[in-house]
Amino acid sequence: MTLADFGVPAPPHDPNGGPELVQLLTPEGERVEHPDYSIDLTPEEYRDLYRDLVLTRRIDVEATALQRQGELGIWASLLGQEAAQVGSGRALRPDDMVFPTYREHGVAWCRGIDPAALLGLYRGVDHGDWDPKEKNFALYTIVIGSQTLHATGYAMGIQRDGGKAAQNAVIAYFGDGASSQGDVNESFVWASVFNAPVVFFCQNNQWAISEPLEKQTRIPLYKRALGFGFPGVRVDGNDVLGCLAVTRAALEAARTGQGPTLIEAFTYRMGAHTTSDDPTRYRLASELEVWKLRDPIERMKAYLSRSGTADSSFFQEIEKEAGELATRIRQACITMPDPEPLSLFDGVYVEPTPHLRQQRAEFGRYLDSFEEASSR
Amino acid sequence: MTTLTIARALNEGLRKAMERDPKVLIMGEDVGKLGGVFRVTDGLQKDFGEDRVIDTPLAESGIIGTAIGLAMRGYRPVCEIQFDGFVYPAFDQIVSQLAKVHYRSQGRVRLPVTIRIPFGGGIGAVEHHSESPEAYFAHTAGLKVVACSNAADAFFMIQQAIAADDPVIFLEPKRRYWEKAEVDQTQTPDPLHTARVVRPGRDVTIVAYGPMVKVAMDAGTAAEEDGRSLEVIDLRTLSPLDLDPVLESVRRTGRLIVVHEAPATLGVGAEIAARVTEHAFYSLEAPVLRVTGFDTPYPASRLEEEYLPDLDRVLDAVDRALAF
Repeated sequence: MTLADFGVPAPPHDPNGGPELVQLLTPEGERVEHPDYSIDLTPEEYRDLYRDLVLTRRIDVEATALQRQGELGIWASLLGQEAAQVGSGRALRPDDMVFPTYREHGVAWCRGIDPAALLGLYRGVDHGDWDPKEKNFALYTIVIGSQTLHATGYAMGIQRDGGKAAQNAVIAYFGDGASSQGDVNESFVWASVFNAPVVFFCQNNQWAISEPLEKQTRIPLYKRALGFGFPGVRVDGNDVLGCLAVTRAALEAARTGQGPTLIEAFTYRMGAHTTSDDPTRYRLASELEVWKLRDPIERMKAYLSRSGTADSSFFQEIEKEAGELATRIRQACITMPDPEPLSLFDGVYVEPTPHLRQQRAEFGRYLDSFEEASSR
Repeated sequence: MTTLTIARALNEGLRKAMERDPKVLIMGEDVGKLGGVFRVTDGLQKDFGEDRVIDTPLAESGIIGTAIGLAMRGYRPVCEIQFDGFVYPAFDQIVSQLAKVHYRSQGRVRLPVTIRIPFGGGIGAVEHHSESPEAYFAHTAGLKVVACSNAADAFFMIQQAIAADDPVIFLEPKRRYWEKAEVDQTQTPDPLHTARVVRPGRDVTIVAYGPMVKVAMDAGTAAEEDGRSLEVIDLRTLSPLDLDPVLESVRRTGRLIVVHEAPATLGVGAEIAARVTEHAFYSLEAPVLRVTGFDTPYPASRLEEEYLPDLDRVLDAVDRALAF
């Protein structure tokens, strides 16, 4: 075994993704076939995917605007990653479980999470205000990579459930930066030796805040899976059809006892890491220009138009729907009440401890003392 | 009544918990075939199978992280961390995830995970095998922390910890694993988060937990020969603290000494001293004293007798408390 077996010393960061990239829809919107992955969708399903992409982007753009206007403390934009998220998100069944990072707004959309519910965390009124069990979508996890272990443990639970529940699968999202975390590597070990029904979906958006892929890896990320003993595949992350096909296949493998798969969705973070970041300090505008030509929505639109799957009235209708959605989430955001001060004590434990009850009561009396003083 | 070592009592308690609830799992390094390096899980894999008693890869963060996922799926994992000093690779999963998911989810997600940690020194071990990490966990909101000191508590407290819906750090006094006591398995145990007076006395209150309870009890016996009456309290629960019995005692004795193996600075003793000062200030006849490990890393084992609080250091503190 030599490094050449792993594709080294070939440059790990082929800006085009290399020949191994699975692609079913080219950046120009041309439908192409792949020997291992195929997809057969109805015209309606094609249109639905386009709708998901557009609405996901609109949610993101609106949230960025809300942050700029001071309504959110911060926002982590998914701009450019819509296809990776919608493609993988639409591959899931309702009873599959999702473990997201803090950027999975498109996956959340696919799971039926109200986009307005995503904003509370970024506005600072809560740490995530949806019931993970209701839509099988865990809360956003902010520490990089932690959720991959939760996903793997959850998948081990599925293995132990037996019966119909044993047909469920789990998907763990993470990024290129997270691939360096110990927890992610430990989750690969665990999933492998226990053959857990989990799909590791890595959105390689080329940048971990300011650190390029070269700071995380010498080999293409998907190839790491081999070292852990399970298959890895690199898909064009801006191709919603490719992402859907590859994720469907990986989930099916998980369901049928074939264990984990690592999917590397090769994509690009078009925006800043978060609204607090300034990417002009560390990357070139020319790189952005290259990726603009690979836009996930434009290529889908080109395909739908050229193939006659959708006409201009459809596109107008989606634009209108996107505008209405933006208005609705904006309204939900700016009318979101601040939490009650004493609610900060809620939920530390299943039952509050006597000590916490006491702290809460003392703080309540302290707060009340201001009201008494002002009413005097 | 049966006579059990602490290790055996834990084993019996784990067995009862597994029999009672099919969702209870045991996971950790060497817990299966070997039965754990201290044999606490001896025979459980044979009886409950490899799906319920899981020999894991050697990665502590992985143990706790996957236990969190299992708990989210409805399981009740009991994780064994082989030695106290090996818990730190799992620290992030414990304090940033396990402790916070219930709060983060506004009470929607419960994580009934128990983490068993053999803790403390006195066994002549190499580095990282003798530590007392309890303050880190007691400092972390969302975790509960308990320490057993005898076989009967070991038997009941492990079952109570597993049945609890909050995450519990369960500290086992490893140097006392082989000490025997009568255990009446039919008795009704005290609630998990309660301290207990284990030796009534009049002159000085001694608070200890885990392996130090025996030291405190021995000090009580020795002091009696000098005509001094020590009241010993087994704290049992470090988070939440149950200070009512301590305050009640201090109001009678006016003197308090806290004994633990962990370093003094910002330890459990410091918290107790602060709270007792706050709530029983006018009852105190002397400052609250601490007899603890020193503010050094745990030393090489040939120095651990110097490091660990013992009978004489407790009696010395009793002298100092009474001199005020």
